[in-house]
Amino acid sequence: MTKETLMPTTSLPADRLVADQLSLGYGDRPVAAGLSLTIPDGSFTVIIGPNACGKSTLLKALARVLAPHAGQVLLDGRPISARPPKEVARQLGLMAQSAQAPTGITVADLVSRGRYPHQSLLRQWSPDDATAVAEAMARAGVADLAARFVDELSGGQRQRVWLAMALAQKTKILLLDEPTTFLDIGHQHELLELCAELHADGHTLVAVLHDLNQAARYASHLVALAPGGTVVASGPPAEVVTAELVEELFGLRCRVIEDPESGAPMVIAARRTAYR
Amino acid sequence: MTGPAAGSGATGWALRIGPLSLRPHPRSTLVAAALAVALVGAAVVALTTGEYPLTGAEIIDALRGSATPGVDFIVTTLRMPRLLTGALVGAALGVSGALLQSLARNPLASPDIIGFTSGAATGAIAAFALGADSILRVGLGALAGGTIAAVAVYLLAYRRGGAAGRLVLVGIGVSAALTSVNAFLITRAPLHDAIAAQAWLVGGLNNRGWGHAAPVAAALAVLLPAAIIAGRRLRPLELGDDAAGALGVRAEPSRRMLLVISVALAAVATASAGPVAFVALAAPQLARRLAGAARPALIGSALMGALLLAASDVLAQRLFTPTPMPVGIVTAGLGGLYLTWLLAAGWRGRP
Repeated sequence: MTKETLMPTTSLPADRLVADQLSLGYGDRPVAAGLSLTIPDGSFTVIIGPNACGKSTLLKALARVLAPHAGQVLLDGRPISARPPKEVARQLGLMAQSAQAPTGITVADLVSRGRYPHQSLLRQWSPDDATAVAEAMARAGVADLAARFVDELSGGQRQRVWLAMALAQKTKILLLDEPTTFLDIGHQHELLELCAELHADGHTLVAVLHDLNQAARYASHLVALAPGGTVVASGPPAEVVTAELVEELFGLRCRVIEDPESGAPMVIAARRTAYR
Repeated sequence: MTGPAAGSGATGWALRIGPLSLRPHPRSTLVAAALAVALVGAAVVALTTGEYPLTGAEIIDALRGSATPGVDFIVTTLRMPRLLTGALVGAALGVSGALLQSLARNPLASPDIIGFTSGAATGAIAAFALGADSILRVGLGALAGGTIAAVAVYLLAYRRGGAAGRLVLVGIGVSAALTSVNAFLITRAPLHDAIAAQAWLVGGLNNRGWGHAAPVAAALAVLLPAAIIAGRRLRPLELGDDAAGALGVRAEPSRRMLLVISVALAAVATASAGPVAFVALAAPQLARRLAGAARPALIGSALMGALLLAASDVLAQRLFTPTPMPVGIVTAGLGGLYLTWLLAAGWRGRP
């Protein structure tokens, strides 16, 4: 387990996305203070932590959706708050948890809205847009749903459509806020396998996941966040996921064994009552 | 599956003219063209029929300035400015409603819902009470009242951003309160003021001349392009604030800007023709349904609003001679029927 040390502001040309001393919150309700974090380039970073520890808030700040009270998010060494929003949106995409599809919208229309940061008043739709939308739909496996209404899709299909919209944005860095929420276990793994493919293709992914075992299995870099937005541990899953950490973060006694399928650490919760 | 919006699929073509690169929605374009043709048709009927029927040739002569003084008076002083005011007011209301419905994600959103119309009525009644004698002065009162009400609704609904749902709820509350204030003011007003205020509250185009058409045209020349440019942000905004932010659109400033444009359009329309009912509600939805799109297109809504109001005014003038009805009564009647149909059809379409 490696303790995250405070990042010096003038780090050498390191990784593209860096959070530097962030203080986050809604109104005057603070969620995190002094949060520093580096997203390794080309990693599949997964953020874990108990409810209300600021995981989603951190992701929103990284995506420039939420302005930090203090500190800054650096993209390629420059604060994202000082850059035009559309320029940031061409580098960095977010699959937001709160996104909602307008009624009566088709899959193709929704996915094509991911092209907004690449468009302008004059250049409202170009062949590049068409190519990107077609590729994104094929990649997420929703090409055959193109003319369907989003309202009539299943939960699993809908999440893949939102992922396709984020892919149409053509960003190297993709942030995913609890992408598996509300999906059954089959569709959860389907989506995570898709993310693993994107990671293998060279995307940098940052996801918030609830399931520790899924996080440990798919992440190349794990960040454990405690309430108050403290980074408790970060590094490869095998180093981060320990019985002590799980008990410290979640108050859960457990054993950590090796997942026979992937070799990743696997958390087995202990029971408080005796076995029958 | 061939949904009505299948035409907006990820087809690989784009229309390119110099630096301009667009993807026109074929059915929306067709609908807009058909609406434009219908509008011209309504204009021909409005100009040629009436107490003194005129021929097309006489109209053209009058527009070229070579008609007899009588014909010239009927066309350029009586019928033309009224027609133009009606069409422009309708277009303003159509776009205003389309923006609000997209922002509120609610097909029932319109300037009536966010408190604008009742505020405008309060302003107009106050103007009558203060002795306003011209349509323009009453219009200014309405403009002030409506704007104050809309700003108040926005501020009351504002809590970490003026979210659309709260806007509608607060708007309904403020509208109800203002409606009772209006009723109170009318019962306490002197009789002739009360009658004038009541007539204004229905909305109408009687006695509208170039002095009314010109300011509306000037306002629309600024506001319509602004609506079309700012309206591009509706595409990301409709997906929610976080998704919009991730696509590079700052949600709250964008929403505020679009609200200001929408209220300004409604204000211009109401100042010129009174609170004409239901056009802002019905025009965007009718245009959207005809085009089979997920969202009311702004140009389609403008054309539909113009057609609705111009055609309703022809009906109001011709069907009820010799006493022409205020156009607001016709649009309210048609709008009520439409709303019923919209709800019934919507319920039948869903399991």
